[in-house]
Amino acid sequence: MKPQSMGQAVLIALALIYLASLYFMSSPVWMGFTINALIVAVVALAWNITGGFGGMASFGHAAMYGTGAYASAILQVQYGINAWIAFGAGIVAGAAMGAFIGALAFRYGLKGSYFALVTLAFAEVLRICASSFAITGGGSGLQLRLEPGLSTLQFNDRAVVYTILLVIVALVMALTAWLKYSRFGAYLIAVRENEDAARALGIDTYRIKVKAMAISGAFAGLAGVLYLQVWLFIDSAVVYGSAVSIEALIGPIIGGAGTVWGPLIGTLGLHLLGEGAKHLLHNAPGLNFVLYAVVLICALRFLPQGLMGLAARIGTFRKKENDNA
Amino acid sequence: MLEVRNLSKSFGGLKAVDNASLDVPEGGIVGLLGPNGAGKTTCFTMIAGFTKPNKGTVRFMGRDVTGLPPHRICEMGMIRTFQIVQPFAGLTVQENIAVGAYLHHHDRAEAMAVARQIGKRLGMGAMLDRPASSLTIAGRKRLELARALATGAKLLLLDEVMAGLIPSEVSEIVGIIRQIRDEGHTFLMIEHVMQAVMSLAETAYVLNHGKMIAHGTPRELVQDPGVVEAYLGHGAAARLQEGHHA
Repeated sequence: MKPQSMGQAVLIALALIYLASLYFMSSPVWMGFTINALIVAVVALAWNITGGFGGMASFGHAAMYGTGAYASAILQVQYGINAWIAFGAGIVAGAAMGAFIGALAFRYGLKGSYFALVTLAFAEVLRICASSFAITGGGSGLQLRLEPGLSTLQFNDRAVVYTILLVIVALVMALTAWLKYSRFGAYLIAVRENEDAARALGIDTYRIKVKAMAISGAFAGLAGVLYLQVWLFIDSAVVYGSAVSIEALIGPIIGGAGTVWGPLIGTLGLHLLGEGAKHLLHNAPGLNFVLYAVVLICALRFLPQGLMGLAARIGTFRKKENDNA
Repeated sequence: MLEVRNLSKSFGGLKAVDNASLDVPEGGIVGLLGPNGAGKTTCFTMIAGFTKPNKGTVRFMGRDVTGLPPHRICEMGMIRTFQIVQPFAGLTVQENIAVGAYLHHHDRAEAMAVARQIGKRLGMGAMLDRPASSLTIAGRKRLELARALATGAKLLLLDEVMAGLIPSEVSEIVGIIRQIRDEGHTFLMIEHVMQAVMSLAETAYVLNHGKMIAHGTPRELVQDPGVVEAYLGHGAAARLQEGHHA
């Protein structure tokens, strides 16, 4: 998690200052906006595991996000199960969905854009299913009964919600950092860089990839449950819609895929940009996505390693390797 | 240590490998020679589990490994390297070697220590912290070897590790391979650089059009009319003989 250069340290410090400043601004608008951004940051961190470290760019993280949210909502609304248990069940459901999609896609050796298309298709199929069945509330979605309290995991005070989200984002980032420097992380990066070489070195690449999808699915499911607990309402378009999938991948790509801080920084930066543009241009609907597209294209063209990659080149801490051939 | 019997593989109508058999004794260095397109690399991919043979068996240390996936074969102690070197570009040299070491050392500190030690043994001590993408061809070939060794493999299948190297680099690698062999490893190597084959291999097999056409010491093989014809064309051996007598 250590920054490797002055530039990265400044970037991380800026993000932290912004996040801390919300405690003093007491602005419900900014607080609500940042709460949303943090939930998206968790999906972005989920995408980062498969897309960033594993090089498997999914276009359908909504599949796991929505499954987590729906699993938790169904248990609470239809079966009256405790919110904490439903919370855990949502994470498990996300992981299972991730593993299922991964197992199917990798069984048939899907890679690159084919993998992206299959994940997109899964998310869309699930979206249509969710809007058709009674158990998922059909087209009208599911609403949690409003009863704030620790046992229902609902909190009136936005500052409490915000703090909980900050802690969860920090935990997911710590897990990401731990994964990155573990045997599993090294294997995942090896698979991204060169699958054949990885296989020759004794790596069961199929297992590693499915495992990565399961972990990523758990994080995405977690994000879905967080959304449910914060807003108390979900429907198929909100949690299985492609907007979720797009936001999941755009943050890490702009912030720096395969880094620990990139997804958070990219997501925060993008949301600030989108929100700012919305205010300037009087809430033109969908405008933030137009802007995201422009930023994404620029990032892919000029910043292949995202903001973290750009910042890494500014004021390197390590001594310059002048013998670099 | 390795027994290959009647290995065959066809791609469509083309018999890439046809009834090939070979033996590699423990502690030996065995060459696998043959003109381009003879089926050497296909042989390797089948032995290492990357493709399934149509026919034939591969036995490694007395166990049948035919058709097992590469990671299972690697766990047992047999590993292949690639003709076109394949470093993990985003990682440092040491991390690259560690990916190999993780096979039997699950802890990062331990794997990195093994990687450092193997890197140093192969004369890569100064390059350990560099990104693997910055290495020269000779450096990448060494890295390929180091990574393979780090898995703890006993039998290494080397696919043209000398290709593209200048003579001084070739003799360095030859020295390294000899040193590794003396530490108890076994080699089966595909090689075109004759300087290396002649000085390293105790025995060699020659493959042509997917068939094993000769087996012997390198010195015997260069005088074998069948081998000469495989490389130089039909009738070449006879013309060479005449040339000698004239």
